[in-house]
Amino acid sequence: MTMKFVRSTMAVAGVATLALAMAGCSAAGGSSSSAGSTEYTVWDPYPQHDASSDWAKRIDACGVDAGVTIKRTAYDSQSLTNQSLLAAQEGTAADVILLDNPAVTTLADTGALNDMESIGLDTSAIDPNLLGAGVLDGKTYGIPVGANTLALYYNKDVLDAAGVNPATVTDWASLTAALQQVKTAGHKGITFAGFASEEGTFQFLPFFWGAGANLNKLDSTQAISALTLWTDWVSQGLAPNSVITNSQNTNWEEFLTGDFGFAVNGTWQVNSAAKASFKTGYITIPAEAGGAAPAPTGGEFMVIPTQKDTARYDVSKKIVECMSTTAGQVKTADTFAYYIPATTAGQAALLVEHPELSVWVDAVKAAKGRTSDNLGANYPKISEQVYTAIQNALSGAMTPTEALKEAQTAAAAAIAK
Amino acid sequence: MTTLPARVGAARPDAGGAVGTSAPLPPKKRSRRTSFGTSQWVALAFVAPLIAYLIIFYAFPLYRNIELSLHDYTPRAFVQGNAAFVGIENYVAVFGSKTFAKALTNTALFTVVSIAFQFGIGLILAVFFRNNFRLNGVLRGLFLVPWLLPLIVSASTWSSMMNSDNGVINSALSVIGVAPVNWLTSPDLVLASVIIANIWLGIPFNLVVLYSGLQNIPEDLYEAASLDGANAWQKFWRITFPLLRPVSLITILLGLIYTLKVVDIIWIMTAGGPGDSSTTFATWSYREAFGTGNPDFSPAAAVGNVLILIALIFGFIYLRIQNRTEK
Repeated sequence: MTMKFVRSTMAVAGVATLALAMAGCSAAGGSSSSAGSTEYTVWDPYPQHDASSDWAKRIDACGVDAGVTIKRTAYDSQSLTNQSLLAAQEGTAADVILLDNPAVTTLADTGALNDMESIGLDTSAIDPNLLGAGVLDGKTYGIPVGANTLALYYNKDVLDAAGVNPATVTDWASLTAALQQVKTAGHKGITFAGFASEEGTFQFLPFFWGAGANLNKLDSTQAISALTLWTDWVSQGLAPNSVITNSQNTNWEEFLTGDFGFAVNGTWQVNSAAKASFKTGYITIPAEAGGAAPAPTGGEFMVIPTQKDTARYDVSKKIVECMSTTAGQVKTADTFAYYIPATTAGQAALLVEHPELSVWVDAVKAAKGRTSDNLGANYPKISEQVYTAIQNALSGAMTPTEALKEAQTAAAAAIAK
Repeated sequence: MTTLPARVGAARPDAGGAVGTSAPLPPKKRSRRTSFGTSQWVALAFVAPLIAYLIIFYAFPLYRNIELSLHDYTPRAFVQGNAAFVGIENYVAVFGSKTFAKALTNTALFTVVSIAFQFGIGLILAVFFRNNFRLNGVLRGLFLVPWLLPLIVSASTWSSMMNSDNGVINSALSVIGVAPVNWLTSPDLVLASVIIANIWLGIPFNLVVLYSGLQNIPEDLYEAASLDGANAWQKFWRITFPLLRPVSLITILLGLIYTLKVVDIIWIMTAGGPGDSSTTFATWSYREAFGTGNPDFSPAAAVGNVLILIALIFGFIYLRIQNRTEK
């Protein structure tokens, strides 16, 4: 009798526990942004900046200005794109996300983002080439927090020893000749990032566009000549074999060893280059026939995902405004060395404080959005094929021509789907 | 660190199967006993948490994976939840893909070669540590290190050691006059490189399980064999190996299922590249879903289901062998 009682009590307890657990699940699954909360969430792709960093303080200050507290979470760039997509499906997205610019149109296409027009944010002051990555079907889905791009850093000590004057590097032929000279002098020529990710495509684009190629046709003769340039550098020992696995961080670390003549890298390394143990400088990446090649714009967009509670948009708008006004952009550029302001007024204001950044301002102005040429949400599909072709060609698995032919076929199939 | 839970996890579908087969038992009892009352409900209540657990953590994800693979989930359809039903189109695309043949051979090579070496080296070490000698415990502990390190650490370390230009392996080779080897960037070598790293990772598991299996072999068998004049080699082949058979089977099966679905080490070292040179089914599935800026959940789920089927086949083979040995 007692045994039975104990048993049934335990059974009831078991069922109750289960019910509680289920309730717990559904509660936990609820939105992170409950109505009326004064805590606003911001996601960004800068895990290298912890809570005590200038960047985190700047975001906090924007929250204070808007009268709320901000909970910031940092993700690795690639996982932030995935996280944003999953959150959009669950309806648990952050109030403001700083999203890598090629991902903006992909996310906007899902209907998960508010357009700036309906939020009431003015984007007219932003440079059109920088804003382009956030425009889909005539609507703007984000505001650049600033912009960066690529250039060619050089090690002045190595170039001097090899007798190379960086001013003479104006086209591919003179660049390759300079690399030969550096190699003959016993140093290594150039390092870049050819890793199988968006970073690989990003670093290849100045050469791709600099040859006159277009992302709509990956197997054009211009595209083949660009990939051949990279492949020849590796096969002739002008670039190390490790470029195949290099990310932009690792190629920079290679450059910092002081052994390389040149490195392809971006604005964000300016401070690091200044602190290097050798003299550095930078020039724009040359196009095949001379002149500056169009480099791709990098940098994050501030986007405002759709929320169930639309009353939250007012504060989200204030947070975005805090960072996107001219004064805000200059402040971000100051805290962050990453970014050149995305407005003409902001760039002028930055140059007053930092005249040495003028090469970067020019480069950003000449830069081209990756999703431009009307690619939009198709860009990631094309990019995947571009970096796959880079991998296949650099590793010797295929010739540049074969690799790009296959890439074009695969990209066309992916887009047609 | 991730190795351990993954292996425990791999054992679970098996446990789930056991529950599944025992489930039909209560109805039998019920038909014999005419009275049913609170005790049946109590029994049900006790099973309920387990059933709920199985449904939430096994049945639903599996259902969802199949559902994903039969629809066309573009990012837009994923968020809006209105993916078009496409039947087996994703599977047709997967089987027709250029990557398929490469992924199949890579998966087979990666799994078979990894397990052969992990098991072989693990067994040799287990037999070696069976002898009592000084520092036995310390050395055995040291062999567990690969298991204790977070995978991101060990994979990144292997990756930097195998770097073509400034990796420590190539520096060591250059000392003895060998030209630099492109471990991670040559399409012909890269699979071997990730297999080497994976073997290193898997030895501790095999060592521990086989070592504990050896403890169950009675010492007097060896004594008897010694009296009969058996040498060390004969003792190994006639006593250790046959008596270790059940343990070996389960070690190999767990290793098989675990190795089939390895993503992390390959992804961190090569991301499946260059090209498809080190792509297995598991990394292919991961790449489609999360590895690019353009998530393709449907083909990823299709590849994942193919992988589940392969693992299931090996599970059945194991059950057959086990049944036969029990008879």
